Amino acid sequence: MNKRFTRILATSVAAAALLGTMGACSKGSSSASSESSKEITMWTHNAGNPAELKAIQDIVDSYNKSSSAKAQIKVQAFPQESYNDSVVSAAASGNLPCIVDIDGPNVPNWAWAKYLTPLNLSTDLSKNLPSTVAKWEDQTYAVGYYDVALAMMARASDLKAAGVRVATIEQPWTKDEFQDALTKLKALGKWDYPLDMGTAGTGEWLPYGYSPFLQSFGGDLINRDGFQSADGALNGDKAIEWAKWFHGLADQGFMATKSGKDSTQDFLNNKSAVLYTGSWAADKAKAAFGDDLVVMPTVDLGTGPKIGGASWQWGVTSGCKNADAAMDYLSFSLKPENLAAVATATGTIPATDDAAALIPAYAKGGANRVFMDFSRNYAVMRPETPAYPFIATEYGKAVQDILAGADPKTALDKAVKAIDANIKSNGGYKS
Amino acid sequence: MTTTQLPSPRRRSTASAPVRPPLNPHRRRPRYLREQISGWGMIAPAALLLLAFVFLPAILGFGLAFTNARLISPRPVEFVGVDNFARLFTDPTFWRALLNVSYFAVVVVPVQSALALAMALLINKKFRGVNFFRTVYFLPVVTSMVVVSLLWMFMYRKDGLINELLSNASFGLIHGPDWLNDPATAMPAIIALSIWQAAGFHMIIWLAGLQSISGELYEAAQLDGASRWHQFRYVTWPGLKHTRTLILVTITIQALGLFDQVSVMTQGGPLDSTTTIIYEAVRSGFKQQETSYASAISLVFFVLVLLISAVQRYLTREKD
Repeated sequence: MNKRFTRILATSVAAAALLGTMGACSKGSSSASSESSKEITMWTHNAGNPAELKAIQDIVDSYNKSSSAKAQIKVQAFPQESYNDSVVSAAASGNLPCIVDIDGPNVPNWAWAKYLTPLNLSTDLSKNLPSTVAKWEDQTYAVGYYDVALAMMARASDLKAAGVRVATIEQPWTKDEFQDALTKLKALGKWDYPLDMGTAGTGEWLPYGYSPFLQSFGGDLINRDGFQSADGALNGDKAIEWAKWFHGLADQGFMATKSGKDSTQDFLNNKSAVLYTGSWAADKAKAAFGDDLVVMPTVDLGTGPKIGGASWQWGVTSGCKNADAAMDYLSFSLKPENLAAVATATGTIPATDDAAALIPAYAKGGANRVFMDFSRNYAVMRPETPAYPFIATEYGKAVQDILAGADPKTALDKAVKAIDANIKSNGGYKS
Repeated sequence: MTTTQLPSPRRRSTASAPVRPPLNPHRRRPRYLREQISGWGMIAPAALLLLAFVFLPAILGFGLAFTNARLISPRPVEFVGVDNFARLFTDPTFWRALLNVSYFAVVVVPVQSALALAMALLINKKFRGVNFFRTVYFLPVVTSMVVVSLLWMFMYRKDGLINELLSNASFGLIHGPDWLNDPATAMPAIIALSIWQAAGFHMIIWLAGLQSISGELYEAAQLDGASRWHQFRYVTWPGLKHTRTLILVTITIQALGLFDQVSVMTQGGPLDSTTTIIYEAVRSGFKQQETSYASAISLVFFVLVLLISAVQRYLTREKD
């Protein structure tokens, strides 16, 4: 009896240990942590990015030193991988700091969960890049210092050798031209796969990188009218077309179903001819290829080129005891010189034209100005609904399945079914 | 039920038997009580921690499985009965995960235990450098599974080490597949890596079992002219009875809980060919924020492990 009980106990303990981590209760209420009203805490995700962290710290220092400071700001940095978990667990235990940074598409989810309070800033945000201002239900909940833009990069010499024209904002590649370009580039025989779309990527890259193609075909992640169902948008004819096209790129040997670990590096090492990536890779590529590098808009697959909008942004939590000071700090931090400093440190697109004018590369005629134009002209926000984090996982899985050869209709129907069930079980994510 | 024995009525009746009355019945009780107290006192820290960090969360998790609780939500938690289970049992991904885990367990349990036993037999000899081999065999075990998975991920690439070796060994005839990116080879690739990583641990358990077999038995067997195979069959194998049960149960539980390798290397893909029950639970619970659904998956997993262990215990029970 004893022995048997011990065995069963041991087994239960082993199984329970696995459950233990998931059992933690979760309630999305938030209140301020034990900070005094004269000192407020700010959390950021960029502990792994010293340049960005230093730029942020500099803004905080200059605010703290200014005579009009309403409170002293204290920065706490987290590694990006564990940042969201930290916020969620802090919210569950009511210990959220006053200011948090948030990945743009998650803003509606956190606003819905009442983590965030609407912003009330003295800065005029109407001139900011639209993708740096996060709105949900007509309220602004977060604002970013910068955005990033997706683009196609290639070497002019390769395109010339293959007889392919350089795409421009005025005249982006069409679907047929893109097909033709890849066929010609592949025929040169210089690369195993002429195109690298970063297909080894996981997580947020999948919806960020590939849903713009879907949108360019005319499909979408969800019906944006009310955000209640993905039926017809994510599994309609346009979406099926997108899936077939995307799988076709791999099927015809234009790109690998699983690219290398570091697509940028592969491009620099001449392992691919055309690289689909973000503006963050531009400086490296420019340094390697100089004037031979061409930065082109992404492909027009029917409704014009599209790219994902919104990067990391700042918001104020609903439990903040000194929201006034938090808003004051954010307003202060949005000065053009601050935006310029952060954008320079991170190699990203500054949120306003005033800030862009301070950075040679982004000023009018600058080498990276083109990214700002991409962002203004092509950016599509990922659906502004609290359901987004769920949609992202389902879409990401569908992308991977489609690349691996799943039937497009089946894979997309499955995602739609899961998304619709999730929205329904959450009462439509109504506030 | 506990290891500390309570005074049973029968014992007390023998103790107070009229033939030999105890010398001093009053001296016995306080000492017994003191032992009891110190016994419980020693259990207390571990028991409290287990209670707070294992049993309570587990019970909470079981409760959550019948609600619509979510990781992030302003909505109140509602009781929804068996909705989560109804959804789970109609989800093809769950059945696929179950199939994958069974496939994994059915291959890993016999192969890994056999390999571990073979390694244990090899190093259960006295020769120069035996410690070197013991260390080498044990090395993968002390390396974190995440690190091992990352390394093997490079080896499994289309132009990785394994395909290069295959190509060189076959003079360029064999071009290996993209192991982890092909639904047919992804699971076998993970199985091979898992066995390589964990066999060393079970080797140590086998070794402990081997060394508990008395050398006299082998001497006697040799005197009787038993061959090496007969020695193994009639001395070693029966002597390992208890070790065998232990290894069977631990490898099975370990195999059913497959997660790390999948999370690092394939994220359940391609086409669900490597997804597992725990991976699905983590994905729903954290990535998709569906705490209640993840709890339901965990509850099903718990019952499954319990059932399988019970069956194994029954099959390997002492038959008398």
